[in-house]
Formats: sequence, C-alpha cells, structure tokens
Amino acid sequence: MAERDPAFTAAQVVEKPSHPHESAHLHVTGSARYADDLAEPGDMLHLAFGMASEAHAAITAMDLAAVRAAPGVVAVYTAADIPCANDVSPVAHDDRLLADGEVISHGQPVFLVAATSRDAARRAARLGEITYEPRSALVTAAQARAAQSLIEPTQRMARGDADKALAGAPQRLAGSFEMGGQDHFYLEGQVCVATPGEDGQVHLVSSTQHPSEVQHLVAHMLGLTSADVTVEVRRMGGAFGGKETQAALIAAASALVAAKTGRPAKLRLDRDDDMVATGKRHPFEVSYEVGFDDAGRLLALKLGLSSPCGATVDLSPAINDRAMFHADNCYYLADVEILSERLKTNTVSATAFRGFGGPQGMLAIERIMDHVAQHLGCEPLDLRIANLYAPGRDTTPYEMKVADNIAPDMIAHLRTSSRYDERAAKIAAFNADSAVIKKGIALTPVKFGISFTTTHLNQAGALIHVYADGSIQVNHGGTEMGQGVYIKVAQVVADVFAVPIESVRCTATRTDKVPNTSATAASSGADLNGMAAFDAASRIRARLVGFLARTYGCRKAEVRFTPEGVQAGAASLTFGEVARRAHIGRVSLSSTGFYATPDIAYDREAHKGRPFYYFAYGAAVSEVAVDTLTGEHKVLAVDILHDVGASLNPMIDKGQIEGGFIQGQGWLTTEELVWDDKGRLLTHSPATYKIPTASDRPARFSIALWDGQNVEPTINRSKAVGEPPFMLAISVFSALTRAVAAVAPERRELPPLDAPATPERVLKAINAHREGALVA
Amino acid sequence: MAISFLLDGERVDLDRLDPTGSVLDYLRYACQRTGTKEGCAEGDCGACTVLVGELSADGARVAWRALNACIQFLPMLHGKALMTVESLSTAGEPNALQACMAANGSSQCGFCTPGFVMSLHGRAIGACGSDLPLADVVAGNLCRCTGYGPILEAGEQVARLEQDDGALVEALAKIASEGASGEWQGRRWFVPRSIDELCALLEIYPQATLVAGATDVGLWVTKGLRELATVIFIGGVAGLDVIEETEEALVLGANVRHADAHPLLARLHPDLGELWRRFAALQVRNAGTIGGNIANGSPIGDGPPALIALGAELTLRSASGRRTIALEDFFVDYGKQDLRPGEFVETVTIPRPAGDAVIAMSKLSRRFDSDISAVCGAFVLTLEQGIVTGARVAFGGMAATPRRASACEAALVGKPFAMETMVAAGKALADDFSPLSDVRGSAGYRLEVAANLLVRLYLREQGKAVSVLDLESIDG
Repeated sequence: MAERDPAFTAAQVVEKPSHPHESAHLHVTGSARYADDLAEPGDMLHLAFGMASEAHAAITAMDLAAVRAAPGVVAVYTAADIPCANDVSPVAHDDRLLADGEVISHGQPVFLVAATSRDAARRAARLGEITYEPRSALVTAAQARAAQSLIEPTQRMARGDADKALAGAPQRLAGSFEMGGQDHFYLEGQVCVATPGEDGQVHLVSSTQHPSEVQHLVAHMLGLTSADVTVEVRRMGGAFGGKETQAALIAAASALVAAKTGRPAKLRLDRDDDMVATGKRHPFEVSYEVGFDDAGRLLALKLGLSSPCGATVDLSPAINDRAMFHADNCYYLADVEILSERLKTNTVSATAFRGFGGPQGMLAIERIMDHVAQHLGCEPLDLRIANLYAPGRDTTPYEMKVADNIAPDMIAHLRTSSRYDERAAKIAAFNADSAVIKKGIALTPVKFGISFTTTHLNQAGALIHVYADGSIQVNHGGTEMGQGVYIKVAQVVADVFAVPIESVRCTATRTDKVPNTSATAASSGADLNGMAAFDAASRIRARLVGFLARTYGCRKAEVRFTPEGVQAGAASLTFGEVARRAHIGRVSLSSTGFYATPDIAYDREAHKGRPFYYFAYGAAVSEVAVDTLTGEHKVLAVDILHDVGASLNPMIDKGQIEGGFIQGQGWLTTEELVWDDKGRLLTHSPATYKIPTASDRPARFSIALWDGQNVEPTINRSKAVGEPPFMLAISVFSALTRAVAAVAPERRELPPLDAPATPERVLKAINAHREGALVA
Repeated sequence: MAISFLLDGERVDLDRLDPTGSVLDYLRYACQRTGTKEGCAEGDCGACTVLVGELSADGARVAWRALNACIQFLPMLHGKALMTVESLSTAGEPNALQACMAANGSSQCGFCTPGFVMSLHGRAIGACGSDLPLADVVAGNLCRCTGYGPILEAGEQVARLEQDDGALVEALAKIASEGASGEWQGRRWFVPRSIDELCALLEIYPQATLVAGATDVGLWVTKGLRELATVIFIGGVAGLDVIEETEEALVLGANVRHADAHPLLARLHPDLGELWRRFAALQVRNAGTIGGNIANGSPIGDGPPALIALGAELTLRSASGRRTIALEDFFVDYGKQDLRPGEFVETVTIPRPAGDAVIAMSKLSRRFDSDISAVCGAFVLTLEQGIVTGARVAFGGMAATPRRASACEAALVGKPFAMETMVAAGKALADDFSPLSDVRGSAGYRLEVAANLLVRLYLREQGKAVSVLDLESIDG
C-alpha cells in the first residue's frame, strides 16, 4: 500500500481545520453549475421516455405515429435503434435502456423521444400507443416467495450450530417485522447532457456517482471503445446511492440520441418520472428465533432476511450481503445462522442507498435487542451492553476479528454525557402521569464496515498538476455529491505541500483524467481518493525535494515544506518560486497517484473473511413523544457521539452525521413508499412522499466527535463518514417502540411496530399492545 | 398588452408569452439565471424559491413574498418586482446571509441552497411571514443533505438585513395599474384589474380557468401537461382582496392569501392559527388564496372544514349580481360545487365564535409541516351548565367533499360534556362517513382517529397535554 511518509505522521494525526465545502460560496450565490445549468446550444435536443403502464407484459405492438407527428419531435427511438448493447446494468446485463419485447416493471422506459424542447418531448411521450399482453406480475414479496422468484439463490452466513444452541437456550423468543424502502429524493433529479464529438466520440456531463461505469456502458451500447467516451461530473445535487447505477439509464439515453442525430441531447427526468422509473432502497421482511440466558445474553440466533429486489439484479446481491454483514451490529453472536432471501419482483429494481443494506440488517438486530429486553423487563441499554463484542467474544459471524472495539467505551461515554439513566427515570415518571402522550428513550450503537465488499473495487486514482506559478490542480476518481470529498482531498494535497487551501483548485471528475474508477460509494470517497491524491502529491514533492537538494547543495532531510515557505538548507523560497525553478530545471510537476486498500479478502461462497478494512462506530440517544390517540409522534432530543477517527474536517464530518441521522429518521418515520396491487408506485412526488422538514429536526440535537484515530493507517488516521451516521436513527425507532410499550407498561410483549412508523402504524401498534394487555 | 415587471429593478416587458409558462423556466432558460433550481415542479421542495414584491396597500413600501417559481405563471408577475438568488450578491460577492451560510456548512450538495437563501433573505428583509418561527419560514424548503441545523443557525445569525426599496416603490407605481391580456397559439389570457372587468370577461368566457395563486392549477400544467384554452389571472383584481374585521365576523375577499389570513384567523382562535400554520408551506400560503382553496372543492382542503364548523358564508358574484350561501352547501359532490357559469367566489364571511364556545381544530398528516391531511377535523361546541347545547362538527378527508357530521352532532347535543358523550359521538361518525383508503391513510385509521379527536378535545378541556408539538425534552 501507499504507506504515508513517516515524516508526516505526527503532523497528520490531528483534527484538521473546518474548511468550508469547496463550492460553498458558489452554492449560496446560485453560481454553482449543475448539469442542467450549462448553457444550451441552439440545436440541443430534449428527451423524454415513454414509460410502461404495466408491471409485467409482452409488448405485442407499438404505434408511435402520433409521437412522431407531435410538434417539435425530431426523432423517436425504440430498442431496435440501439446500435449495440441494450444494457445499462452494473453486473448482470439485465437492465434494458429501452424495453425489448417485454416490460418487467411499471414505469420502465419503452421508447425515447427527442424534441426541440423539453415540454414538446414530454407531451409527445404520452402519445405512444403500446399494446400489451399482460403476464402474471409478482408485485409483492409474498407473491415472489410463493413463486420462488429469486435473483440469486438464498445466501447463508453461519457460525456454530444455531439450532442446537437455540434448543439448549434457557429462554427463547420468535418474532417478525417489516421495514419499508426509501426514495433517495436527491434534490437534483437524474440528468445528463450528451455532446457528440468528432470521429464518433461522445462527451457526457452526467449526474452520476459512477462516471467510469457510465463510460463503459455507453461505449458498449454504442459499439465504441471506452477511449471514445468521456464522462464528466463536476457536482451532483445529491445522490445518496441513487446515482450509482441508476444514472446509466439517463446517460445512455442521452448518448444514444447524440450519436444518432449528431446533436447535443439532454435528458432531465421530471421528478415524478424519476421516482417511478429509478430504483430505491430495498424494503425488508425480518423473522427470527433467538435464544438467550436469563441475563439477556444472546446464545443463539436464527435470522431470516428477505428483500424484494425488483425486476433486475442491479446491486442487490452485494446490498443483501451487507444486510447480513451488519446483522451483528456491535454484538457478539455465538451460534448464528443468517438466511438472506433475494426476491425478484415486477417492481422497479431496488438499488444502492446510503448504508447499502447495512441499515436493514442493523435494524433487525436492534429490534431483537428491544424484544429480548421487553420480554425480560430490563433496561434495553443494559441488555445491549451485555451483548457487545468483548475480549474473547470478538469475531463476527463472517469470522472477521473486531480489532478496535470502541463501542463499549463510546456507549459508556454517551450514557453519561446524555444523562441517559436520569432521563429514562424521569420519562417513566412522566408516562405514569400522562394519559395521552407517552415518551420513550433509547440508545443504540452503530458499527459499520468500511470497504467495498467486492474487494477489487477498493482502488482509486488521482492526478495532480503543480503549475509553474505554484497553483495546484487536483483531480481524482471521487465524485462530489455534497459530501465534501473535494475539499477533504484538497486539504490532503495542501498539507503535502504546506500551502494554503486556496492554492488548490479542485477540478471536475473526468474519465479522461483518471481512468477505471470505482463508484463514489461505500463511504469510501475520502479514504480511497485521499490516499491516491496523497500518493500523487508525495511523488511530486519527492521530486521537488531532490531538485532543491541538488540545487541548494543540501541534504534531502534539510528540505522542508512549511506554511511559511520552503526551506532548502539555508535558502528560503515561496512554493511558487519552487515551482517556477523546478519547471526551469525541467522537473515534472505532474503525477498520477494510486491506492488500493490492503489486507482485505472475502470468500463469498463461504461468507467468510475480512471484507472490511476497519469499522466506523457511533452511538445515539433519541427521546421521542407519541400521541396515543392519533399515533402522531415527535423526536424531541438527540445526542450523538460518532467516530470519524482523526477528522479530516470536523465541520464536513458533522454535516454528514447530522444529515445522515435526519435521513435515517425519515426512513423510519415519515417516508413511506406505497405501491398498488398493479405494481404502480402511488407515492411518486413530494406531495405524497414526505422527507423530513426543518421542524422534524429535534429541537435539542447535539453531536460530538469521538476523540480517537483509526487503528489502520488511513489518510490522517481518519475514518469514513458517509453512511454510518444514517443508522444512528435506529435509536428513534427503538425509542418509539418503548413509548408505545408505555401504554401497557406491565406487558412483556414487544409492540408490533413496522417501519416506517407513520402515525397510522404507531396507532396500530398502540392498539395491539393495549388489547394484548387487556387479554393478559 | 404586454406584461411588465421589474427584475432587479429593471423593467421587463414581455409581449409574446405562453400564459402557462413558468417563472422558473423563464429565469433558467430565457434569462440564464440558473441559480433558481427545479426540484419537483410542483411547489413542494422550495428549490425554486424567489421573492416577488408588490406595492403595499398604502403604496409606501414593497411587500415581498417568497414564492415557488415553478408554479407561478408568467402573467402573474405583471406589475410586480422579482428578486432571485442572483440579485443578492454584488459583483459576485455574497451578501451577509450568503457568506454566513457558506462559512457555516449550510450547504452540502448545494442544490436546495438558493431556495433556502431566498426564504431566509425574505425573512431578513421583513417579507410576508417573517415574524414566524424560523423553522416555519423554511418549512417549504426541503434539504436532503444537511439535516437543517447549519441552515437554521445561519438564519438565526443573520435575522435582519437592510433593504432599500425606495426606487422600486416608484418604479412599481408606474407599472402596476393597468391590466394585461394576450393570445398564444390560440389560447387567450387576461389579467383584469377590477371586479367589473372580471364579470365582463366571464360573461364572454364562462368556461375560462380562473387562476389566483396557481398552487393547484400550476400542477395541471407542470404534471398534467394540460393546455388551458382561456385563462383569467385574478390575483390583481381590486376588491377581491378585502379584509374586514367587525365585532360579528371576519370577512375575507377571495383573493386574500393564506399567509395574510393567517394572523387574522389566529386572532379568531389559536387552533385556527395553528391549522393555518400547517396549512401548507409559506411559499404556498403566500400564493394560495382563501377563495381558491374553497372554489376548487378539494375533499382534503384544510380551510373548508374549519370554516364550515364556524358557520362561514360565501358570497358568490357574477355579472348578474351576488348571492350568499352557507359554505357547507357550496360543496355538492366530488369535483362539483354550487357555482354557476360566469360566477366566482367573492368573499367568505366567518362569524366570530362566541367567547365561551369550545373550539378544536386538528389536522392529522404523516408529516407535521407541508403535508396534506389524512383527516382534518373541526369542532365548535356550545355548552350550558355542562350540557352540550350546540355542535358544529366538520371534517375533511372523510368524504368526497368537506362536510358536516350530522350524526356526530346529534350524539353531542343535549348530552353532558363528558367522556362518555365524546366516545359515543365518535362512534356516530361511522354513520356520517365511509372514508376511502388511500396513500394518506386507511379507512379504518381515518374513522378511528376522527373519533379520537373528540376525546382529544375533551381531555384538552380538562387541562391534559394532548399534542406532541407542545412538548420539550424531559430535560426541558
């Protein structure tokens, strides 16, 4: 690996300054340009999809005459017009750009309209007359399960003998519950602008987290080489996993029209079409049997995870794998069997979303913790602590050693700083006295594995230019979607040369600058690209050191880069002077850099190995109130302690933590996807799909960073931060469960609450818990 | 005649224009002002928030409003001033609010940011609604990245900004008076300035679409792609914006925006104020009108149940004169109102409730802010010596129209004001309503919580805490 220069170590393992997001000044003035903001050439074509009205059907006829005749329409394309591969899928070659003879989910693109205006294209797209011969549609998980319709065989991760341990356990419980999916609701919808170049080349400005994949798929679709296709991403208006694989569809459509017509082409999906036609987080059904001792220590777990993955494979195998990887969360599971069923349904293919299956697996085990605690009538936090990884109990179900188990310390710290026990006692007293409103509090931890579990993806490249005036351009494979990877990497580069951050210019991510990149995903952006940029910058720096040592007749150790300037023996120069002299001295001031995460390996057949380089941790306390007449509820207070190692940028990291938490809170409370029995998504706009607003943010919200550093030699000993905080919001769901349970405090059953905990679901759980109490 | 408006104080005259073209598309694609973003094109996300100013009633100042440019049609700008995110920075330098936001981590992906800037800037210069709590001012701005904290902090830090509108007042006075009209690809549009003009137009075009705030009609166009043959924009009709507060009643002209009605309604009863706070986001309350909310007859509109329970009356106007009907009689059936060709809503008269009336208004929705009701219940009870002597109960979300619950009312009147009565009256709702199951709630949930709202009312009268919105952390 690209081990960091030992000379930097001491300086780098400290909290870095909170430089604002590199585009903050552009965001606030409205001058940050997104794909749709680029000036439109006069001959630009605007595109719209004609979308399937059936969930599963053969296309027996297509009459597109009215579409072609509509005002402004220049061209209409179907699958037959695609020059080469009709494939926009990441792995399994089963996602079509345009339906070919068959539709497999409602809203699937069937034909593509190119017109002189967006309005004309949208209007024309509604005029297509498609004749369908409906086929039996598997819309629900139950239907798919009954038909044994799977995207891949059910996966099993196991250790020990769960059945035997279960049989021998002093106490046993069984349960089940469901959790919903989630729409990404990035504020900038999917968009791509394709511009034809000379000799068949195409240039794309795509709102994508995965420029290299878009490049490869477009090349394959058009019968070009990767060298013929350039994909550029300056920034996205949010992504959250929704622009990892899903952007390819929009990009390929734009590229097809650009290639066919020789005119620039833009596809910007309308919000409703975006929500209907692109993938979402996987919903999950969970079932379990758990055995434990009288103190609540888990002895055996048989866990069933089942998710409808939609109509195509997409990334569902890896996503469901990650659900299994995180079904332990911070807890030691001695004898365990996890069965993960991946259902194929006639709904839009589920896809990556912040946490990538992790939240679903983690919610399962936290629900089990609540169930056991409720059954034993003990404080759920004590039960959680009793089950944490500990010396001698420190390997995961997939046999990775938990090397830096800081969860116990973090939980203890947060328990004290949030005055958890005092508040829990006060809440019990409040509930005893309050007829309508019940409160609940919960502390849940997070342990999240960092690395792509598909090992080869853990690599990154960077390209750095130092110009003769001392200014620096940095480019790398990471894409900027708001998470601040550009400023973090710029800080790394500025540090290497000890120059002010203003000297470093971040440039758009482009496949012609850094090739063969992985998606900016799995929270890996700063880890991988920061290291690659560090490598590139260090190479240039080493050349400068050699040059200065030669020039000024000093030893290399006597060349020092400091904020005050560069010292070379007795000489003192500005960085600009160094760059100028090096250029005159014919020293290369440009370098690529590369990084591949070391030490990871995973045997997917056996579901054993070390899929993760390290774990990131966190813990959160949530306090909620529930209205037992209506099911309405509110998050009143949240205290978070989160581990980012030695932070590269505390303000950026705290932003990720708060934003991730609120997004997780939305997933578990207000955000509900509703499908009808024909497989049509009914909640396809912000009128019906409700992400949190400012007032849903708890009035009391504290975030503290854990004072630590990564045990592994990551950049600055920092840790990834994109996904882990999302799962801190599981504390909201646990607190809601506890508030609901307070309507019948003597009852030892777990209130039957599913996610998202909408008012209706909460009221249902209240009624069930009350009725159970009456029966008991 | 062309429409005229002021963009950063400069007069813009548009001669040929699509009457249902959006202000957003005009800014982005005709003016290259791409700072204003499209997030949803239906007025729900606020990424397109701009400030629109008009002369105050006394002509002395500019009254600014935050609006969603995505569902503002271009003719609605006629006679007004427009300010976008680009207006705020000087020579590329951010203003104090923008600088504070940039330094404070208020943006991540940045796409929603211009909308937040405009909402917060509006608050800082005293735009309509700026006396509301900060979270209310930005309830119509969705952010998916930040979790809102750094945005709210910046808003608190830069709560006031100087705004010199002197020149704008003069310029607005010059362009604001005349009406406008035009034709575009065979579709006619009009911006009348008086009730008489409006009556005359409706005699000629009785099928014309009347557009006041466009918070509903806007979506017919952006989502339904409907082409409206004849459109009359009534937002600038003098006399439709009357507000009269008497000892007996509050009279609101049809064009009074929800944002302007909000404080007046709050003075009638705090529950009305809370209901109107949650009616919609500020940008929508700044556009939508009292009359529009009634006239479009939505079964889930939040205004009618409350106004019906209060005994509101409607004055309908046409070229042939006026007639007055009870609001509850206006809603005939789903999508069908008692509105004759050429007729329009002129005013709504809301009787001032008796001081000792027991009043409760509750809106139940999946999200507290900027959501549509699953159930909206309104109760006005008269008590004499512990007996319910009068009851007006109305619901939205329970039937094809907003309407009264007569069986429920019958179960209340003549009974003691007691828990048993409330439970019985709640059960009677099953005789009044057979609600639908839809994305906002199942039939069973609707009936159950509608009944529970009577229990809530009773317990609140006993001094019990009944709303999670009134609570703080156990730590205080």
